[in-house]
Amino acid sequence: MMERDLMDIRAETDELTTDKMWVIMGPQHPFSHGLWTLKVELDGEIITDAEPIVGYLHRGWEKECENRPYAKIVPMADRLCYAASMTYSHLYCMTVEKALDIEVPEKAQYIRVVSDEICRISSHLMWLAAVGTDLGNFTVFLWCMREREYWMDLFVRLCGARMTTNYPRIGGVRNDITDLFDRDVDRCTEHFEKSLWDIITLIDDSSIFVSRMKGTGILTREQCVNLGITGPAMRGNGVDFDIRRDDPYETYGKIDFEVPVMNDGDSYSRYMVRVEELFQSCRIIKQAMQKIRAIGKNAPYRLKVPTNVPACTAMCRLEDPRGESLMYLVADGSGKPYRLKVRSPIFTNVSASKPLVVGSRIADVPAIMAMIDMCLGETDR
Amino acid sequence: MAYSSILNWITFNDLMQNPWYPYGNTYNLPFDIAYKLWEIIGGAIAWLINLLIPGNAVSTWLISDGVCVGGALIIFMIVIFLVVFICTLISLWMERKVLGRVMDRRGTMIGMKGFLQCVADGLKTFMKENTIPKKVDKMTYMWTLSLVIGVSVLIACMIPLSGRWFVVNYDTGLLIIMAFFALAPFFILVSGWAQNNKYSLIGGMRAAELMISYEVPMLIMISSACLLAGSFNIGDIVNAQRDVWFIIPMIVGFITFLFCATAEAERTPFDIAEAEAELVEGWQTEYAGMKWGLIMLGDYFRGYVSCAMITIIFLGGWNIPFVSDSVNNFLPEVVFLLKTWFVFFLMIMIRAALPRVRTDQIVNIGWKVFMPLSVVNFVIVLLLKLGGIY
Repeated sequence: MMERDLMDIRAETDELTTDKMWVIMGPQHPFSHGLWTLKVELDGEIITDAEPIVGYLHRGWEKECENRPYAKIVPMADRLCYAASMTYSHLYCMTVEKALDIEVPEKAQYIRVVSDEICRISSHLMWLAAVGTDLGNFTVFLWCMREREYWMDLFVRLCGARMTTNYPRIGGVRNDITDLFDRDVDRCTEHFEKSLWDIITLIDDSSIFVSRMKGTGILTREQCVNLGITGPAMRGNGVDFDIRRDDPYETYGKIDFEVPVMNDGDSYSRYMVRVEELFQSCRIIKQAMQKIRAIGKNAPYRLKVPTNVPACTAMCRLEDPRGESLMYLVADGSGKPYRLKVRSPIFTNVSASKPLVVGSRIADVPAIMAMIDMCLGETDR
Repeated sequence: MAYSSILNWITFNDLMQNPWYPYGNTYNLPFDIAYKLWEIIGGAIAWLINLLIPGNAVSTWLISDGVCVGGALIIFMIVIFLVVFICTLISLWMERKVLGRVMDRRGTMIGMKGFLQCVADGLKTFMKENTIPKKVDKMTYMWTLSLVIGVSVLIACMIPLSGRWFVVNYDTGLLIIMAFFALAPFFILVSGWAQNNKYSLIGGMRAAELMISYEVPMLIMISSACLLAGSFNIGDIVNAQRDVWFIIPMIVGFITFLFCATAEAERTPFDIAEAEAELVEGWQTEYAGMKWGLIMLGDYFRGYVSCAMITIIFLGGWNIPFVSDSVNNFLPEVVFLLKTWFVFFLMIMIRAALPRVRTDQIVNIGWKVFMPLSVVNFVIVLLLKLGGIY
């Protein structure tokens, strides 16, 4: 058909017809926090379809575990997620301990609670920083990263590393907390509770920030449950569930804290849930540190454990900063796991990106996906 | 006029007596500087030639009136561009330092409190390979870029620094600046299409969207100021603010204009055309190396012009209130630039504090907030004018 004819046909139709176009966001796109692709179909600026693609970072983590002794998987576990590395080591250790049917000393349990919460705070701070850049505000990024440094310093006090913190061990933790850690954790918590307000004021008092968040990326409660979304993204949708409270592990059952839940189901409620979680984490750390001090300095913090795990299966889950992390271990009685399966929260949350972004504008995609808090290390494994 | 001695170089001690002087009865300082410079340069060349070949015609021609004015005009252009360029570089440096302070870091630190970092960055960008993507529409790709940058530089050069420092002094000066301002988004739109890249295309579309949202309220506010001053001439508008700056009767307009000017310069929170988070760099995605460097510079030129326009319309231009004329006439250019940089400081603070708005939001803000506010401002001005206060 000649071009002229085509134009005549177009002119005769009553409606304005528009062509749709696929735009690829990722893997090097600035909005993607890590290597993944979000293909979106655009009608003008409105998204009509979306397709997440993961797998760029896949490195056969689970398969690799099958060729390593149990103890040597611990330093691998914290490579799963660079933002919350200690929770994955913790989860792995917990799973093996369950298979061994041992209970770690109370002091180690409290130390693990403290380290998990520090992880949660530093991970949430990194999320908040990324939200800043996704919405075009670099100040938020730098302020959050500045605050995160104090918590990184605490990691250094605890285990000597900043990112890939190799600290939990099967049967406890590597070493007792030092006096410097004991001193700094209080300072850090108090300082953080004040300085977080600066960041919140910068974000929450800005009507642009709130208007970018409210009413975007809406999911219903049913959709959220059916898609398997967990963590703060789920609690932002009105689902009141937190493993720390409803299926407590370690000593979370002995600590008093609240689980923030918001009912709007949009990006803003996810943001609010995470910010409130930051305060709650401080509360947990304070209580846990009091308990550790009460237990005393010379209490045991680690058990001796056998090298081989008896043939059995064990499953453990914990509340990661991003949602529910789960490990399933099949042991065959040897010194290496027969199979180790990881369920990471973001892998499930990524699959929800289509219902999250369809119908919104392309400018909303970074904001919506930032509220899911992407971390591709654990997603691709 | 015959060439006799070295003293004859300076033909007219009083510039106004020169029949070739392009500004008639108005004194223009940069042209004066350029004229004197040509007299030195041209005179030196003429003198050297005359030493070699005494009594030649070339030496006489070099210091004749026509050549003097022609050479002076060329130097004049260079002087104006250099001043604008340095002003822009200072804005760039200021942005990096102030943003650094707000973000709790140092900003640039290399040489002269970090100023030389801008020069180093410029050199680095200049050294980069000039790559052109294979599938772009090369003609349009290069031409639109040149036009965007060219228009930015042109409007920057159109800004007077004082009653004696200007390029042209048209009666419709402000309107011409606005007309040039409105040109850039068209080129951005075409350039976005020419790059054969979806991000750039969306970025180009957004530039047009941006323009229809803020251009109309901005023009209404400019006409309010012109109504108050009774002229479109920049000099007249500034002189009308000799006693009271227009910010006092037009405070509503000032706040609105500040945001409109931020949008005009495509700065955060209105930088939706180059939204980095969702469009990589928007319409600039496929421009690499020095092409990108020039785009950056063009952006800062426009930022500088936006601030200068606020200074002219609302902050009394190069006037200091409540001082005598002798004080006021001492260095009006510096006063003007200080005011401009103060406005730019406000823009930097806005950039540091606010995230980017969405595309539909900017249209909403433009038509539902800026537009009514500018009309309110216009009505206030109208009442003041009808009441005989102005």
